Amino acid sequence: MARSTRVLPGFGPTLGLTLTWLSLIVLLPLASVFLKASNLSLSEFWNVVSAPRVVASYKLSFGMSLSAAAINAVFGLMLAWCLVRYRFPGKRLVDALIDLPFALPTAVAGIALTALYAKNGWIGQWLEPLGIQVAFKPLGVLVALVFIGLPFVVRTVQPVLEDLDVEHEEAAASLGAGRGQTFRYVLLPVLLPALLTGFTLAFARAVGEYGSVIFIAGNIPMISEITPLMIITKLEQYDYVGATAVAEVMLLISFALLLLINGLQAWTARRTGRDR
Amino acid sequence: MKQSTTFRTLFAGVAAAAISAGAWADQTLLNVSYDPTRELYQEFNAEFAKHWKASTGETVTLKQSHGGSGKQARSVIDGLEADVVTLALAYDIDEIAELANKLPKDWQKAFPNNSAPYTSTIVFLVRKGNPKGIKDWNDLVKPGVEVITPNPKTSGGARWNYLAAWGYALKKNGNDEAKARDFVAKLFKQVPVLDSGARGSTNTFVQRGIGDVLLAWENEALLSINELGPDKFEIIAPSLSILAEPPVAIVEGVAKKHGTEKLAKAYLDYLYSPVGQKIAAKNYYRPRQPEHADKADLARFPKLDLITIDGAFGGWQKTQKAHFSDGGIFDQIYAPSSK
Repeated sequence: MARSTRVLPGFGPTLGLTLTWLSLIVLLPLASVFLKASNLSLSEFWNVVSAPRVVASYKLSFGMSLSAAAINAVFGLMLAWCLVRYRFPGKRLVDALIDLPFALPTAVAGIALTALYAKNGWIGQWLEPLGIQVAFKPLGVLVALVFIGLPFVVRTVQPVLEDLDVEHEEAAASLGAGRGQTFRYVLLPVLLPALLTGFTLAFARAVGEYGSVIFIAGNIPMISEITPLMIITKLEQYDYVGATAVAEVMLLISFALLLLINGLQAWTARRTGRDR
Repeated sequence: MKQSTTFRTLFAGVAAAAISAGAWADQTLLNVSYDPTRELYQEFNAEFAKHWKASTGETVTLKQSHGGSGKQARSVIDGLEADVVTLALAYDIDEIAELANKLPKDWQKAFPNNSAPYTSTIVFLVRKGNPKGIKDWNDLVKPGVEVITPNPKTSGGARWNYLAAWGYALKKNGNDEAKARDFVAKLFKQVPVLDSGARGSTNTFVQRGIGDVLLAWENEALLSINELGPDKFEIIAPSLSILAEPPVAIVEGVAKKHGTEKLAKAYLDYLYSPVGQKIAAKNYYRPRQPEHADKADLARFPKLDLITIDGAFGGWQKTQKAHFSDGGIFDQIYAPSSK
């Protein structure tokens, strides 16, 4: 193969730097997790990670994270659409507000949400008579995760939408496509890869979230304990090895899910001809 | 939040040590303690610094760090250089001895009264007027009563709560373990929120308005009432509770390295002095020698029947293993089959 000539040289140094940096920042801490957990025999490991309480926490953590990411995908898309396609007073402000969940310390978010949704809170006091309890129930976990995940979808979809000229829609309309058809066949295929990226980021963030959830979850064993809390609980009991075992399982599930979503994203990109 | 305080304290400690090593020969002592002792040690440290100056002429810098007891113990195990620890339960200091080898296994014999210069107990905090008519432990399992307590697996205070309830049920049912277990299981079914620490539970009960009764350290309950006004809450003393002994110890490994052994010993000894005992009582801890405390302070402590961890449960190591370890009785209470 012919050596490609580039304007800027430096494949060697940048790749070297990439690998070193990744090893130092990402792989080394993760390797230490695996090393610590390897102090357990296989059956001990299995006993720790398959205890009913821990399994219940996986279901809650991953189930709620996926649901929250899905909700954010829908509403994040709408928000991005509104921000890109329309001009209205206060638009800049709304745009800035979206980043707030990035910047706010998660504990603050958790405390604020709990204060709102507790039965004596502003929102909670109206939901309580309807028989809906949010704070201290699994539903509270969902609310917190939706909150922290929102910016990821908006910020990934927004630039793609900005690149997408209105002409596309006008062309579709002039060729006789209905509104639904325009959305389904013209817009969605182009937006899907970005939407999936946003979904993935929101999901990944939600799985690892601790600070905001802990305040609103109620933390009742088997019902509203998230997996990161199980890890903290084990640490509180000086069970370092058990904690890392659970962390390892969480890592593996997350990694598998992320791979799956990335694969899906590559597939849609190829299918819609936006492959690079 | 707690973590950042710890870090700040740590940072300040390091900075102070660096400065003092260069300029003066003054000593610095770091006391790693748990959440509710913040006010107690603020006052005590000021008094001790005065006392130390008067008796030796040296100026001493006293640092304090607070957080959940288990978390603090873990910081020390992981390398936080505490000269002394003053934690919520002996088990946490046992673990420092066990995992970090920084103090001898029989540390609890180093000071009088099981190395606990002051004690506390578990009481109920209810809303003003006691609308649910809660008087004793058996009122907690009545239908419709919501109980707030932290999770015993993560909170030292919650372990005392759990054990006090267990002790009550044992006594009521002629030492029948199975009945005690049913009682505690029933009690925890009435808990809508399990916070990870005592301060979290106090917030849930006080700020969020959740629950009818908070199981709390007596000192926390008295402090809450004092801060929030006696018009909102009242304290109910159950017929029986547990003697909570928050112990103190010199972390010998660290003190030796810092050359603060003598100072650390004097510091903890001073807790047993008339001055120390008086300050403890003032900050809502029950003094070991009540004769040194103010009468008005003592009058705040209700009279209760108290069981002890060593007498009723055979010590912390045994209790921790049977009740709070993974798969222990507390886990079984929440296991799906018991629902």
